Amino acid sequence: MSGWATALGALPTAVGGGTAGPVSADFSQDVFWVWLLKAVGIIVFLLTSVLIAIWFERRVVARMQLRPGPNVHGPLGLLQSLADAMKLLVKEDVTVRAADKLVYILAPMIAVLCSLLVYAVIPFGPEVSIFGVVTPLQLTDFSVAVLYILACAAVGVYGIVLGGWSSNSTYPLLGGVRSTAQVISYELAMGLSLVSVFIMAGSMSTSQIVDSQTQIWWFLPLLPAFVIYLISMVGETNRLPFDLPEAEGELVGGYTTEYSSMKFAWFFLAEYINMLNVSAVATTLFFGGWRAPWPISAINDGMFNTGWWPVLWFVAKVWLFMFVFVWIRGSVLRFRYDQFMKIGWKILIPAALVWVVCVTLVQAARQLWDVDLRTLLFGLAGVVVVGLVLSFLVPEKKPEPTPEPTEPQDFDPFADGYPVPPLPGQVLPPSPRAQRRLAATDAADPSEPETPLEVRGG
Amino acid sequence: MNPLLTALPAAAGALTDSGQTSTAEAVLFWVLAPLMVLAALGLLLARKAVHAALAVIFIMISLAFMYVAQGAEFLGVVQVVVYTGAVMMLFLFVLMLVGVDRSDSLVETIRGQRWIGVLAGLGLGVVLAGVVGRATYDPPVGLAEANAPSNPEAVAHVLFADHVLAMEAVGALLVVAALGALVLTHRGRLVPKVGQRERAERRLRDGVHPVSLPAPGVYARHNAMDVPALLPDGTPLESSVPRVLRVRGQEADAREYAARIDRVLAGGWAVGAGTFTSDDEYVGGPQGAVTGGVVVHDPSAGPDGPADRPTDAPTHDEEDGR
Repeated sequence: MSGWATALGALPTAVGGGTAGPVSADFSQDVFWVWLLKAVGIIVFLLTSVLIAIWFERRVVARMQLRPGPNVHGPLGLLQSLADAMKLLVKEDVTVRAADKLVYILAPMIAVLCSLLVYAVIPFGPEVSIFGVVTPLQLTDFSVAVLYILACAAVGVYGIVLGGWSSNSTYPLLGGVRSTAQVISYELAMGLSLVSVFIMAGSMSTSQIVDSQTQIWWFLPLLPAFVIYLISMVGETNRLPFDLPEAEGELVGGYTTEYSSMKFAWFFLAEYINMLNVSAVATTLFFGGWRAPWPISAINDGMFNTGWWPVLWFVAKVWLFMFVFVWIRGSVLRFRYDQFMKIGWKILIPAALVWVVCVTLVQAARQLWDVDLRTLLFGLAGVVVVGLVLSFLVPEKKPEPTPEPTEPQDFDPFADGYPVPPLPGQVLPPSPRAQRRLAATDAADPSEPETPLEVRGG
Repeated sequence: MNPLLTALPAAAGALTDSGQTSTAEAVLFWVLAPLMVLAALGLLLARKAVHAALAVIFIMISLAFMYVAQGAEFLGVVQVVVYTGAVMMLFLFVLMLVGVDRSDSLVETIRGQRWIGVLAGLGLGVVLAGVVGRATYDPPVGLAEANAPSNPEAVAHVLFADHVLAMEAVGALLVVAALGALVLTHRGRLVPKVGQRERAERRLRDGVHPVSLPAPGVYARHNAMDVPALLPDGTPLESSVPRVLRVRGQEADAREYAARIDRVLAGGWAVGAGTFTSDDEYVGGPQGAVTGGVVVHDPSAGPDGPADRPTDAPTHDEEDGR
């Protein structure tokens, strides 16, 4: 027992590589029960947040669609998700007979386990005193913490992929295949968008990145990277409009089709925890982490940036991103699969690459030639303005005007299969009644001219 | 010389300043190493390709744990991100695309391929053995000095300062290989691309069903895939049953169900006193047997009544006005 305790005790020193240097959070005071407290706290926070998130999503989407949403169980319907969870737990646990049993059971476990790992490196706040021990509100941190988050996300996708494969059924397999392609393409864009934060902050440790945002939060100077991250985080968590692995309109339920009861609940749980994860990463890397927003941060010499207050700001920011998730879900339609891939490979990744090169050049200019950041930014703005002006001077290539048809053309009332009105220059043929009348008048008086109905102009 | 290589001789754990491994590392190693060996055996012996892939994933992640425990955090995490997260994912993607149950073909596409491969493998082994055998290591400097700035920076220094030429060469090689694969698999487009819009226009022009087909099974009792839907005039719509079922001959006989309704409407329910449920009550009557369609809403019609109806179900396929 004591061997295990020392083993666990030695791990952070091996992982952290010492508190001096890359990581600004100081974990030197931590003892065994403090870690245990933090770890249990994180799990409790995640699980309760998931319950609230389900209720929150349903209520907000309902509000957007002008209906009440769940409002029966508990105050404001808050206990609805609890009831749903209970129902899922007591449902019959079906294991498909043709399934690959081991992988079928393992897949939801992988998904949940990996989603629970991410919050270990997310800072909830600065140093506080827990029962006399001064410790940062963060389970652990090390020099490559953000890469660790990416690694957890990457392994978590195996849950989806293997779940899709092991069900031994067509729709789940299609969902799994889609998920692999999706994660390969969107993780690239996500990683590249994070690189510019690493460059500006000079570190990949989460506490250090939060510390680097005392002056300005990174989402403002690194706006393109932030936008790319926002898009790819929706793709990474399989949420609408990118929920192609489980698209219920096309694939029944995608990789979850053959899952029921607790196993399905685990996939469900993993999806919502992953939403919380990417929201926390967006908060930490782009939105100042636990730092109070500007007018509040100035009150009383930064009082609200100390003690337990930052937890409030952190949670509020995470829920801001959760709201964005729901907002997108309520307003955007699901993409077609090829469109989705096209956005990833032809827009997001090239844009992220170009942006990383730009940030690198600016940073290199600052360090190598000792240029002041302000002059550099003004210079860059000048270059952009000159480029814009020059682009106005380049004559626009006009599409060749189609020649106006001179004589009346044949009119096909069912062009391309649709009933269509006559286009400019086309002549509407006389109606059957007019034809009969014409025939009658022709027989009576052949000299009377025919008057076609021609449509002119646009 | 190379801080990474100094860690290699001590496979059982990292060299701390004193050159000793801690207890924690030893425990981690002796727990993980046997499991990794088992997984490696599983890779060789697994029947299904996906199981072998799972074994590889397990080894990769365990290896990452080892790296991190030895102080090479960057290497450990990047191992998971790049190899587990991207490369193995691509492997799985291909495995799923080609079909997971397919066994490998053992036919040689190039004559003598196997022997050339064996020779090349032997050559590589000899070269590796020579290099490793002749290599000399500096005395270990300890983790604290190797990771002095921070682990990622130390790795960056090794890669982009000491070995920058080799890195560039490997990068160029990879780009060339990727481009080569693209060129080899590229096909010129011979016909114009057919997109969603073109397909929709063609569907309307050809006069086939322009929207999705009607769902099968209109009866409350037989809301099943194999029962055709009924048109408003009571004729069953064969195209509402999935094509696969029709080809297999697993389609239910719609006339049978329609005839039942017929009899119910004609008062059969009252006569049968609630026993009108089982299939054996249906005897191919003149109505169902003679005509393709059965009138539901006109039970009073005589045997000749339904014969006036069109035998073929009118579908949306027959566009009017064309």
